[in-house]
Amino acid sequence: MRCSAASVLASELFHVKHYDVVVVGGGHAGTEAAAAAARRGAAVLLITQRIDQIGVMSCNPSIGGVGKGHLVREVDALDGLMARAADDAAIHHRMLNRSKGLAVQGPRIQADRRLYRSSIQAQLRTYPTLRVIEDEVVGLDIGSGRVRGVHTEGATFETTAVVLATGTFLGGRLFRGTERLDGGRIDEAPSKHLSDQLRSLGLPIARLKTGTPPRLDGRTIDWARLERQPSDAETWQMSFLPRETLSPPQLACAITRTGELSHDIIRAGLTDSPLFAGAITGGGPRYCPSIEDKVHRFGDRDGHQVFLEPEGLDDHTVYPNGISTSLSRETQDRLIASIAGLEQTEIITYGYAVEYDYLDPRSLDHRLALHVLPGLFCAGQINGSTGYEEAAAQGLVAGANAAAHALSLDPFLLDRAAGYIGVMVDDLVLQGVSEPYRMLTARAEYRLALRPDNAESRLTGRGVQAELVRELRRGSYRRRQEMRARARDGQMEHVDADIRREVEEDARYAPYLERQASEVARMRTDGDIAVPPPELLHAVPGLSTEMIERLRAARPKTLDQASRVRGVTPAALSALWLHARKTA
Amino acid sequence: MGAETIFAVSSGSPPAAIAVMRVSGPRAMAAAAALTGRLPSPRFASLRTLRDRDGAPLDRALVLVFPGPDSATGEDLVELHLHGGRAVVAAVADALARLDGLRLALPGEFTRRALTNGRIDLTQAEGLADLLEAETESQRRAALAASEGALGAALSRWMRALSDAAALIEASIDYDGEEDVIAGRDDAWHAAVALVRDQMAALVAQPTVERLRDGLLVVLAGPPNAGKSSLFNAMLGREAAIVTPLAGTTRDVIEASVTRAGIPYRLCDTAGLAEGTTDVVEQIGIERARTLAGRADIILWLGDPDRAPVGAMRVGAKADLGETSGCDVEVSVFRAESIDVLWELLAERGRRSLTLTSDIALREGQLMAVSQMVHLLAHSIQQADLLVAAEQLRVARQLLGGLLGQDATEAMLDALFGRFCLGK
Repeated sequence: MRCSAASVLASELFHVKHYDVVVVGGGHAGTEAAAAAARRGAAVLLITQRIDQIGVMSCNPSIGGVGKGHLVREVDALDGLMARAADDAAIHHRMLNRSKGLAVQGPRIQADRRLYRSSIQAQLRTYPTLRVIEDEVVGLDIGSGRVRGVHTEGATFETTAVVLATGTFLGGRLFRGTERLDGGRIDEAPSKHLSDQLRSLGLPIARLKTGTPPRLDGRTIDWARLERQPSDAETWQMSFLPRETLSPPQLACAITRTGELSHDIIRAGLTDSPLFAGAITGGGPRYCPSIEDKVHRFGDRDGHQVFLEPEGLDDHTVYPNGISTSLSRETQDRLIASIAGLEQTEIITYGYAVEYDYLDPRSLDHRLALHVLPGLFCAGQINGSTGYEEAAAQGLVAGANAAAHALSLDPFLLDRAAGYIGVMVDDLVLQGVSEPYRMLTARAEYRLALRPDNAESRLTGRGVQAELVRELRRGSYRRRQEMRARARDGQMEHVDADIRREVEEDARYAPYLERQASEVARMRTDGDIAVPPPELLHAVPGLSTEMIERLRAARPKTLDQASRVRGVTPAALSALWLHARKTA
Repeated sequence: MGAETIFAVSSGSPPAAIAVMRVSGPRAMAAAAALTGRLPSPRFASLRTLRDRDGAPLDRALVLVFPGPDSATGEDLVELHLHGGRAVVAAVADALARLDGLRLALPGEFTRRALTNGRIDLTQAEGLADLLEAETESQRRAALAASEGALGAALSRWMRALSDAAALIEASIDYDGEEDVIAGRDDAWHAAVALVRDQMAALVAQPTVERLRDGLLVVLAGPPNAGKSSLFNAMLGREAAIVTPLAGTTRDVIEASVTRAGIPYRLCDTAGLAEGTTDVVEQIGIERARTLAGRADIILWLGDPDRAPVGAMRVGAKADLGETSGCDVEVSVFRAESIDVLWELLAERGRRSLTLTSDIALREGQLMAVSQMVHLLAHSIQQADLLVAAEQLRVARQLLGGLLGQDATEAMLDALFGRFCLGK
């Protein structure tokens, strides 16, 4: 069908029309949610404050990495948008952990921002049941204990399911030195009303912070003096779908580092730092998000690396990865000038920190749906995660399940043995977060089995079953499955190179995978034992008040899930098990 | 709720000054009434004469009644504080067993009922049981060490060491290319893991809590009519086994718990290891004797010293008959001082195998986990593939986390981010 780009992006209002799913936010979570819901057959409305900003990379211009690359491949295996957009926009390729096993290799690309955005927007236009409008959602329409629609300033849209993918826009506040601005990104307004409404619903909302470095004018960088980091010689792509179009030309990145002078400047600037002067109250992470944090916590280091990443082919903006900061403009000027190769460099946009609202993800179930408000789904930074890839993966889960909710389809659930997506969702909804959640391979207990290269084998079949995969990929998957079958029989001719390597790697780790299989089997058996809902927990003999509190916060549905709720003791698990047995 | 009413002595094994017989279940009150005639008020201790169903007195005992659900088991519960003699306890148990709907409790059944009825949680159940059963000095020490966290402290120390080691590996995997990590990437973690492995292995070699509680297993073995039962009785100072001059009198295993000089023993008298017997019952007894001898800490071998099992203490049991050449020790059941000499030898060996070089003892369940960890750690060090090494370390950390009630991944991430400056 023709749902022309013009009409979709023309910001027209659809008064009082019913959609199956409304997605709020056009970032990495929102776009994947909208696309996933549409793939499952839902009529979807995506509402964003700025249509031209759909698919924008607000922070670093790269996609993938170790753990994150796993997520990108899994989203791709489920026919998501991210990997294809990354391939369309890749101006630099780097396979991390190249010398280690395939299970931890981390495909990462630098993206041309504009190309990335336009790829996402172009992909969205191929969805006939998806409409996009430019507006601000000011509230949810709630009635009879469920979500019925969303209100914008001028209209109300009826719907059965809403996916909130508002990123840092919920109660967003920017900090830079002593400057304070309300917003989710620089020059973009926050969603204040929505935040107030969520708080008024009594949902557990708290604050987190993140930050971004200053953007540099690449024409004023002394590249000749810096160590170059070329793109990988070997070509590879993010998506499992064979590409017809050529990759854009490849650019090199460069590396420089801060020195003692930089650190002295930072220390001197800490007095007007919102982080250190106590202006930001949101929880900070254990890892180092800002250069001031690195200098403060690791004072013994004589320098910290700065990766200079070009933002695009015809864009002279350079992203200095490693020096995220919310120090004052003056301090940022002095800091940049203190770094080798950047002495004459001009700052285009100054770095800043963002503090924003997030919802305790323990109030969600494994569909990323709110326990207490049927029809409301959340994805991305609003759930306490950080990173484009984490957001995209949650968007896919939330979108697929929002469609399921609206159309009475089976929920789309992935457990920890199925993929990193399952690990992340399980971690978020059972453990909650105390710092922005970042995907790490160390979090995946089945790491040897959950490889980025075998994501297609692991997940595309499930995606097909859930009708999450469109025809183009279904065909490609069928062909490649036949190749896998042949490769496993030792017939390697006419088999794609990546499949050959995948089959070889399978054999290499087979003995360890067998041992893990029993762990998985136990997990799935305990997954069949039900845990009573929060209001009935007091009837379980032997559960202490503390245990009941912990279980109430995370609401595990099965004994297996309960075993991963932090602080829940073996004794409490025994009590739950005994109770389940007695009431069975 | 269990429909059956159960009973058992709940305060360690007799002989002891006082033995507490507990009866729990729907018929507990009726059972107590049948023995005492009239029940005291709930929670008030009263002295009552217990009688069997023919009216013959069994004991003068303190009787306590706890109506359910506010009792230790959550059911109707009666405690009979008996004079601790074996005969008294046996007679009361016999009288209870004759009542309708009552049976002897299975091991741990009271605790299970308490757990099922929500009166205690699992950790309480474990600690409580051990305190109740701690009889001797070293057991008390083990129990105290556990409760004061000596074991917990050791486990936490290992957790820190393994988390640090894993952090080195995981940082090099998850933060490939960051300079802070490159500096730490070598086999620096090997030494730390090897140290934990050695310390764990040393703990595994120590006696377990159960061993300290149940005592040293001393098995009397030898051919028929070698004087095993006579010696058994002489060591206990009473007639526990039937002793006759006929070979093959002891058809099964007879066991007694005895504490000498602070060391608990389980003394077992076995059927004679006669070859070629055709008596089926005797054959079973011999089979059991063999099994038991295999698990024994000390075998007292009464018989031809040249045919003694390896490591057995060779006892010349009929010193008064002059058949004792080549033995480690000579005893005569008619000379008490010779029995004392035997006990001293046992104590010497017993102290060795029951002595804790540290104040930490593991339970059997913990021992299994720690042994497995020793194995995993050893393998992780030998691994050339970093991913497999990390996997073995992960399983070990998970097991350790299980013992500590900690999230092993979070502990490792704390170490990771505490040690390395990571993140861009």
